[in-house]
Amino acid sequence: MRPTKIAEGIYSVGVIDWNIRDFHGYSTDRGSSYNAFLIIDEKIALIDTVKKEFADQLIKNICDIIDPKKIDYLISNHTEMDHSGSLPPVMRAIGENKPLYCSKMGLKNIQRHFPQKWNFHAVENGEELCLGNKTLQFIETKMLHWPDSMFSYLKEDKILFSSDAFGQHYAGYEIFNDQVGEAIMPHAKKYFANILLLYAPRILKLVDQIAELGLKFEMICPDHGVLWRNNPSEIIDAYVKWSRQEGEKKAVVVYDTMWHSTETMAEAISSSIAEEGVAACPINIRNSHRSDIVTAVLDAKAVIVGSPTLNNGLFPTVSDFLTYMKGLKPQNKIAAAFGSYGWSGEAVDLINKEFESMKLEILDPGLKIQYVPDNEAMDACFQFGKKIAKAVSR
Amino acid sequence: MDKYVCTLCGYVYDPAKGDPDNGIDPGTKFKDLPDDWQCPICGASKDDFEKQA
Repeated sequence: MRPTKIAEGIYSVGVIDWNIRDFHGYSTDRGSSYNAFLIIDEKIALIDTVKKEFADQLIKNICDIIDPKKIDYLISNHTEMDHSGSLPPVMRAIGENKPLYCSKMGLKNIQRHFPQKWNFHAVENGEELCLGNKTLQFIETKMLHWPDSMFSYLKEDKILFSSDAFGQHYAGYEIFNDQVGEAIMPHAKKYFANILLLYAPRILKLVDQIAELGLKFEMICPDHGVLWRNNPSEIIDAYVKWSRQEGEKKAVVVYDTMWHSTETMAEAISSSIAEEGVAACPINIRNSHRSDIVTAVLDAKAVIVGSPTLNNGLFPTVSDFLTYMKGLKPQNKIAAAFGSYGWSGEAVDLINKEFESMKLEILDPGLKIQYVPDNEAMDACFQFGKKIAKAVSR
Repeated sequence: MDKYVCTLCGYVYDPAKGDPDNGIDPGTKFKDLPDDWQCPICGASKDDFEKQA
């Protein structure tokens, strides 16, 4: 994609990755983009680079606007390789001795990725860099979502370059959120659920900090997806809402099954929850990607997990899902386990152990059914669903 | 001496090792760390730490 002017003297020079479908285990059905920004003033700064294999496109985009040798500063907001991977060719193009600005942890982390002895400048939190008429201010945002993460804020234009925060894995020719409309929010939500949820307490603190500093935003420019030009507070408000994890009147029933017994239970439990006026849906793990399942879990008040017992243990896909969800540290959720078994039935207790370690509220010791659910078992599933619905509604 | 875990990034403060890069000598108990001490990995503050079980 060709570079685009996003404000006076400011260009989006990043690239689109139309074909990526698996972003380190996160399913990216709509591809992604790696955004980078060129600020032209008396001094010229490039904010972030792109994934290594797109370096040529980035450099070409820069060349469409200026000679890369004229760039005075490279700002690295985040060390992860989809943003730093092109540092070596870009530094060669702009001049190896040009100052490379990053956070203090950025300095450590870039040096753990690249052997080059670049002209690093590790910034203090709040430090400013005057480009002439425009001033960049650097704000440390450690663990949003790496230790090195920082924001760069262009004070006069009130534009926030927010690194991965507020991003979306979305490939498209649209540059701004208003060009996509409401359809962008599910992508932003999925990004939050998979990348940022575990740092929710940190996000709430940061939003307070931003309010205290009195920072105003005309535009928020993340490193993936569209830029938030129209009502940028919309995405901040959404982050606050998702971070609070208050949970909507909704239950997600996640399961896998061997001979359809746990599936039959899942469908009965889910339909019983729905009958009580609580939104519910059964999700078969083998037909859904883990990154989509945790997105469904994000705003649900209850997460109900079902597993058959296989060889005295959990079904492997259920372990995968639980491991992934545990890492994302969901909070304030009601949880319950169920599953069919043949002769030993350990799965339900193993799911409960995982719930315990996640500090979720275990509503019920769990529902175990031997082999195939009969009428009595189906009734137990319906009662189980009613109990969940009641807890979600309280 | 008790070890403390950073709830943000998982770093473990081990009093036996201290945090020499940031001027904390080996043998310093967690409770004796200065109030403005931060997690050396992610910058979390002391109240973001929990005693390791």
